[in-house]
Amino acid sequence: MSGMVEKRGYGTWLTHAALIVGIAIICFPIWIAFVASTVTQEELIRPPMPLLPGPHFFDNYLEALLTGGVAPVWQMLLNSLVMALGITIGKIIISLLSAYAIVYFKFRFRMLFFWLIFMTLMLPVEVRIVPTYEVVASLGLLNSYTGLILPLIASATATFLFRQLFMTIPDELTEAARVDGAGPVRFFIDILLPMSRTNIAALFVILFIYGWNQYLWPLLITTDPSMNTVIMGIKQMLPTGDQTVEWPVIMATAMLAMLPPVLVVVGMQKLFVKGLVESEK
Amino acid sequence: MEKRVVFNNRWLPYLLVAPQLLVTFVFFFWPAGQAIYQSAFIPDPFGLKTQFVGLGNFEYLFGNRYYLESFSTTAIFSVLVTVSSMSFALWLAVLADRVIKGSSAYRTLLIWPYAVAPAIAGVLWLFMFNPFTGIIAWMLFQVGYVWNHNLDGGQAMALVVAASAWKQISYNFLFFLAGLQAIPKSVIEAAAIDGASFWRRFWTIIFPLLSPTTFFLLVVNVIYAFFDTFGVIHTITQGGPQQSTTILVYKVFADGFVGQDLGSSAAQSVVLLVLVGILTVVQFRFIERRVHY
Repeated sequence: MSGMVEKRGYGTWLTHAALIVGIAIICFPIWIAFVASTVTQEELIRPPMPLLPGPHFFDNYLEALLTGGVAPVWQMLLNSLVMALGITIGKIIISLLSAYAIVYFKFRFRMLFFWLIFMTLMLPVEVRIVPTYEVVASLGLLNSYTGLILPLIASATATFLFRQLFMTIPDELTEAARVDGAGPVRFFIDILLPMSRTNIAALFVILFIYGWNQYLWPLLITTDPSMNTVIMGIKQMLPTGDQTVEWPVIMATAMLAMLPPVLVVVGMQKLFVKGLVESEK
Repeated sequence: MEKRVVFNNRWLPYLLVAPQLLVTFVFFFWPAGQAIYQSAFIPDPFGLKTQFVGLGNFEYLFGNRYYLESFSTTAIFSVLVTVSSMSFALWLAVLADRVIKGSSAYRTLLIWPYAVAPAIAGVLWLFMFNPFTGIIAWMLFQVGYVWNHNLDGGQAMALVVAASAWKQISYNFLFFLAGLQAIPKSVIEAAAIDGASFWRRFWTIIFPLLSPTTFFLLVVNVIYAFFDTFGVIHTITQGGPQQSTTILVYKVFADGFVGQDLGSSAAQSVVLLVLVGILTVVQFRFIERRVHY
């Protein structure tokens, strides 16, 4: 660290103070949401709302989890979890396999396949939303986990990441494995997979957040409340004229919807930062 | 990029790429083809058959006041989100780079908004700025400013920008911090010995050395503002009031699903495809350069 440049005393304190102000600004929306999830509706609709938590934490969270809006929040959380894990695991598996084929085999159309996968980078779901919806509807996949997961698991980014990783693995290793009589499947399972462990874990963090936070896609294809995910379900709870869901319950739902991805990011901070910086290279 | 040692197998490689290719064809190329195909047709009023109009939908789009306004709305929105999020993040990263004690604690406190979904960010900001009950709307009222983003287009824009920028700060912070920490300390110390003040050091040495990171983040933030902020817009303003926050991605959705104007929506999808294509190429050029450094 820059011991020489750093001013001691006064300057250091000023830096810390400024950082704390910055963090306070960033954390303010969450603090307000948390406080709102622990008080009553009456306290919220007559401004100003309190700035310190109240005693209704359990009431509000239980009501959210068990009653919620059009569907109980526990069910929406479960749907979100299935979708997020499905997208994450699905992406990792198909990307590992295709990257393996492209790096370790010579076959016809290899480069064509590579470019076809590459081109999907240019087609985020928001862009092809209407036709993709039509395709999924015609396959009868509305209101199903398959419909939630499958259209989102093709990923050029993950394939690239694994391709780059495989390129750095020395040829001598493959040679040695072949001399020992290991076929392509053995080599993949016994050597390549263990060597990719950290990268798979880092990618897992990024993809889990990506999957959990999906909004537009579940909004379109889950018309049945029992298939709603929590990120889109909360929109359905927002007041529109004859609303029945109270703000403390909505804010409790917001806190619950944030919790899993935030825990993953904070808990796996090192892997997350590694995954983020590397997947963007 | 070729491996010297490769496996020979007649069918295995095809089997390995099959799952990804299948998903890619069914959910990427087929829908994209459909979009291009549909963009050349308009459905008749009864929805029974469609009529070929060639580039008619595109001509209509680019003659349409609302569509052109949506372009400028998107441009304003993206610039505001990118500039506000990046400058705040840079300020925090410079500060965090200066502290020695507790820097990892600060980092932990700053990175978690990355995990918050855009739609949830929208709900949180909507709650604070609710014209009747929101805490910040109330504070503004106390100092004599009336906040109602349901009526005032400028306020609506400010609110969706704030919510979108807030969510993106963590990401920018992480990359700026990594960039700052990669600058050799000896360079900065040499300038300090020469008596350059902190701000002078920042603008003449640190900021130019950060430029690869800054360029990279510029592109990433523009892509984020274009395509990943749908949840923010949809939860806070639904594009209103009077279309003042209808960015392009929101318009594709609104025309296609709410307005049921499939030909126009398909044509808009094609325009967006071209835009993403350009942005992706730009992104890769910058990343390419980064790699060659």
